[in-house]
Amino acid sequence: MNERKTYALVVFLGPALTAIGLFFFLPVLAALVLSFTDFDIYALGNFRVARFVGLRNYVQIFQDPLFWTALKNTLYFLCVGGPLSIAVSLGAALLLNAKMVRWKPFFRLVYFAPVVTTLVAVAVVWRFIYHPRFGLLNYVLGLAGISPLDWLGDPHLAMPAMILLAVWKNFGYNMIIFIAGLQNIPTSLYEAASIDGAGFWQQFRSVTLPQLAPTTLFVTIITMIGYFQFFAEPYVMTQGGPLNSTLSIVLLMYQQGFRWWSMGYAAALAFVLFLIILAASFVQTRLQRGRAD
Amino acid sequence: MRPEARVVRQEQSGRIGGRLLTAGWILVLGRVLPFAGLLLALASCGREMSEGTVLRFWALGAEGDNIRQLIPEFERRNPGVTVKVQSLPWTAAHEKLLTSYAGGSMPDLFQLGNTWIPEFEVLGALEDLRPWLDTSRAVREEAFFPGVWATNRIDSAIVGIPWYVDTRVLFYRKDLCAAAGYAKPPATWDEWKDLARKLRKMAEREGREAYAILLPTNEWAPQTILALQNGASMLKDRNTRGAFSDSLFRGAFEFYCSFFHEHLAPVGVTQVTNIYQGFAEGFFAMYITGPWRIGEFRRRLPPGMQGRWMTAPLPGPRGPGLSLAGGSSLAMARGSSHKDAVWKLIEYLADPAQQKAFYRITGNLPTRRDVWEDSLLAADPYLHAFRVQLGDLGSPPPIPQWEQIAMKVQEYAEVGSVGRTPVGEILARLDRDVDVILEKRRWLVFGE
Repeated sequence: MNERKTYALVVFLGPALTAIGLFFFLPVLAALVLSFTDFDIYALGNFRVARFVGLRNYVQIFQDPLFWTALKNTLYFLCVGGPLSIAVSLGAALLLNAKMVRWKPFFRLVYFAPVVTTLVAVAVVWRFIYHPRFGLLNYVLGLAGISPLDWLGDPHLAMPAMILLAVWKNFGYNMIIFIAGLQNIPTSLYEAASIDGAGFWQQFRSVTLPQLAPTTLFVTIITMIGYFQFFAEPYVMTQGGPLNSTLSIVLLMYQQGFRWWSMGYAAALAFVLFLIILAASFVQTRLQRGRAD
Repeated sequence: MRPEARVVRQEQSGRIGGRLLTAGWILVLGRVLPFAGLLLALASCGREMSEGTVLRFWALGAEGDNIRQLIPEFERRNPGVTVKVQSLPWTAAHEKLLTSYAGGSMPDLFQLGNTWIPEFEVLGALEDLRPWLDTSRAVREEAFFPGVWATNRIDSAIVGIPWYVDTRVLFYRKDLCAAAGYAKPPATWDEWKDLARKLRKMAEREGREAYAILLPTNEWAPQTILALQNGASMLKDRNTRGAFSDSLFRGAFEFYCSFFHEHLAPVGVTQVTNIYQGFAEGFFAMYITGPWRIGEFRRRLPPGMQGRWMTAPLPGPRGPGLSLAGGSSLAMARGSSHKDAVWKLIEYLADPAQQKAFYRITGNLPTRRDVWEDSLLAADPYLHAFRVQLGDLGSPPPIPQWEQIAMKVQEYAEVGSVGRTPVGEILARLDRDVDVILEKRRWLVFGE
């Protein structure tokens, strides 16, 4: 019996495992080896010129001021954009879950629509919205009496502009997950709470949030992993931005790896990013599990 | 051995053997199926090739869009050859060409900016064209501008044929500069700065928000031109170390940044998303750019503007200054399987009649000297500045890392334009970054 089970496992898992091994683990292993060499444009023409340099790429990363700028920008995006995105998603989910709201499917569609749009097309439109002289945003701000701001040209405003775009684009996705989480909360808990005299905010703090804890953990980790790798918005809109203020780690990796062909350095960057995300996920899981206990 | 044990052993070995046999089949299938798929794909490719030669030609920017108009004539003269033109935007071309080399899918013929030639030559991606040149009657070295032909020669091999030449000159609003007191364009750096200040004062008096000159900080050419004009070499020690902190580069860099600090040039790229609109409105009155803008300005500026702008050679520190020897070449990929057909296409594009037609379509300047004598170019008033400037050209260090170094120069020029960091510190950082970029080159040149 055991042999037949093993045989069945091999037959059914084999193709998938081969595919993953060939297209994921093997390239990752190759990238790890690459990160210990100084593969660059010279080596692309003649492999023998690539040297094994051990940890030099990693040391260079930590000595490169551009890496620290990219890390700072990515953390800025993450620490401001992440909570904002989750708060907006949760707020939208609460709104859509309220009993007195009509046409729920219509609103769900409207709020989810940005998620399915193509980022490049959206980024082009938003570049016009952010235009300092003719953009829609400055027009609306002008009606409120605020003088025009150079959203994509001012180093202090470029990242907030990116955050706004990212939150607008992605909040629908987390909103759907939160709606599912909210619908799983038994209404008897809310009834019990209102009988005890709890108002809306107290119900939210004592019933909704604790019940949503696993959903929130999931959403937080997924959002964090995604936002650590933010690349498309700066690539399309600002190419790293005014004075490198929107340079993210993945954008730096792209420039080093595919523009200058410093593959060894870019591979090392990829592994540094992986270790950072791993550490952050670990910390995040520990924190939220601790709070739940 | 006990009989039961023997039976069990045989059963087990039978089952193990059976398992191995199945696993083996799976592994074999896993290896054979992809190859079968590949063979099918190759077979279909073979069918395509037997229908006639198809050349893949990658052209960049405006040339990519416009060269398609000249291809039908070539296909008519060479039956059996089809040319598929793919146009790439300049912002992505460098990455795409490198990636296509790494992926083994380079086109047969491609356009290369001539500052990229050392890089692609180091990769071994370019075919040495001397065997074809020796027997060609249509393409001869003497027909081209020597300074431009030289950018295609690496260690006595000729790896590209100059396709068009360009250089950067000053495009300016005649009417606005005359109103500011300059009926003739500035000829020295001092006059240039004086004109810019007067233009700005004029705009302030009229209550307009306007600048004197547009210096986009996503370009590296203006800073490099000013540096070369000032005599800076930018790199030292056989081009293995940065020399950006020396007084010559520093002088040029400070001159460049002063335009921003005195509000004579807008800081940041997004303020002018439409250059033609900005120029027509008088948002800026001067712009350093190349010959492709002549056609674009003619087409896109409103009719009322057409008599109000002109080109002029660049002012230098103490008199008329040099400009960049730019342009693009046509390069044959070393891995192409239709090299003779590609050479025919190169000869066609380098033909004087086609160079003239190409000029008429795009405004790109021909590299053949005989075409310049033609009345079409001699009569164009905007081209006079270019003909003068082509006699005074300089070029950046011809090393593979130049593109990366140029990006660093651009980056630090942007920092300089904002004006919050002292210039000495900016240039020290630039030198340090460039030294890191050139580390491999130092190792290869000096063998350390």
